[in-house]
Amino acid sequence: MIGEIDPFIINLTVFVLAIFVGYHVVWNVTPALHTPLMSVTNAISGIILVGAMLAAGPAETDWGVWLGAVAVTLASINVFGGFLVSQRMLEMFKKKDKKGNA
Amino acid sequence: MSANMVALAYLVASVFFILALKGLSSPESARRGNLFGMVGMAIAVATTLTLTQNWPLILGCIAVGGIIGALVAQRVQMTAMPELVAFMHSLVGLAAVFIAIAAVNNPVSFGLPEILSGGSKLELFLGTFIGAMTWSGSVIAFLKLSGRMSGTPIVFSGQHMINLLLAIIMIGFGLWFFFSETTNWNAFIAMTAIAFILGFLIIVPIGGADMPVVISMLNSYSGWAAAGIGFSLGNPMLIIAGSLVGSSGAILSYIMCKAMNRPFLSVILGGFGSDGGTAAAADDGGVQKTYRSGSAEDAAFLMGNADSVIIVPGYGLAVARAQHAVKELAEILHEKGVNVRFAIHPVAGRMPGHMNVLLAEAEIPYEQVLEMDEINSDFSNTDVVLVLGANDVVNPAANVPGSPIYGMPILDAHKARTVMVVKRSMAVGYAGLDNDLFYMDKTMMIFGDAKKVVEHLVKAL
Repeated sequence: MIGEIDPFIINLTVFVLAIFVGYHVVWNVTPALHTPLMSVTNAISGIILVGAMLAAGPAETDWGVWLGAVAVTLASINVFGGFLVSQRMLEMFKKKDKKGNA
Repeated sequence: MSANMVALAYLVASVFFILALKGLSSPESARRGNLFGMVGMAIAVATTLTLTQNWPLILGCIAVGGIIGALVAQRVQMTAMPELVAFMHSLVGLAAVFIAIAAVNNPVSFGLPEILSGGSKLELFLGTFIGAMTWSGSVIAFLKLSGRMSGTPIVFSGQHMINLLLAIIMIGFGLWFFFSETTNWNAFIAMTAIAFILGFLIIVPIGGADMPVVISMLNSYSGWAAAGIGFSLGNPMLIIAGSLVGSSGAILSYIMCKAMNRPFLSVILGGFGSDGGTAAAADDGGVQKTYRSGSAEDAAFLMGNADSVIIVPGYGLAVARAQHAVKELAEILHEKGVNVRFAIHPVAGRMPGHMNVLLAEAEIPYEQVLEMDEINSDFSNTDVVLVLGANDVVNPAANVPGSPIYGMPILDAHKARTVMVVKRSMAVGYAGLDNDLFYMDKTMMIFGDAKKVVEHLVKAL
């Protein structure tokens, strides 16, 4: 190829392909599980935690680091809350053992 | 860790996230999917930790947030899921704004050049403004859903003009930020503040029953906010996970709009039922329509002797927290040999899939819970339909051309041999329309709180 690819183009490629993957995977989610889908995606959007950790990362602590630390806390609520509440909900969708009411 | 190792670890985490969503295609694989999601997140966080120097501070913050999150997840009532989801969207939005501010403050710590390039500024602008709107919009959605703020749309004249004007001013500040040689804090702060205000203003005019669309839309925004920050920081992990969430929320918004037969734009512009509805109600003014009301005992008698019963739950069931009482009712009927099933309209409740979760919580087997498309053709062979706190989703006016809800897919409850409607009063539903179903000869109204009525039914059986 002629010269180097701008990192933005690579990011854009990743972005577009990820949207397509998301689109196809999510259409297959059963409507009964749309609420757990929202809580799982909520937990996944807690991935912003990664950005927050980078903001809180530098050794010399200025106010930006503290802002990052707050963001880490907020995003962690999302990650833990999201996955755990999904787990709790999905437990309820277990097949019941007693055949009596099926 | 080398940059390549980090990128590879992020790739593995992304695959786990995709598997997490894939797992949700059926209830059997969903729990494993959720576990995959947790594994993916653990990989992403552990990898990122190696890039930071302040890890005691970071781990401490994760522990605090984690404990709060775990407590919330454990204590929340299933009826309060919509509020919880809105609350969590707001956190993502706010975190995105904080990260963007930190990046403007100290670009070098994110591996960006000391003087931000034009591209980075544009990406930071996008990430900040989507994040800010997600935060303030979700806060309003949370207040409305939790009843701390009235669910009725707040509309005033010139609303859309004001929003448009604010958006233009915001973009103006964005351009100023973009073209400034050095870091222009004034422009950045002004732009962020306007984005916060816009988020409030956009959600305020949207009413209670449109919440399934709003909450899906904010779900989508929270993903795009993460992806936007990912672009700013050149971080593929954020871009991939953010896009997955963004497209998921967009699909849910689309499904919800379709189930209400309303264009997305009209939902977002808000104020449904505030003008069209009153005009329609006035059309049949004068003629006093009659309806039949009955007691729980009458209803119990009819249901006990039926062969098949379909229960249509709606938001009223969630408000009354009647799901456990309904489960008892279904069990008793089942023991009497009645074929009991549940019919779920896609927009029943306040968020996608709301009713399914409540019924699952009450341990009603999900095989008995059917979606609209699966059960609609069965209504005509059904003896009794019990409508529990639903209204617009069973309004046959949707089949009448000219009606404000014409074309909305509904559950064909009116085709059943007998219809029983449990409702608190004859008040109109969200669409502001009278429901002809209530005045049909075969319909019996049972007035009262959904939970109390169902408990009476159980007793009478």
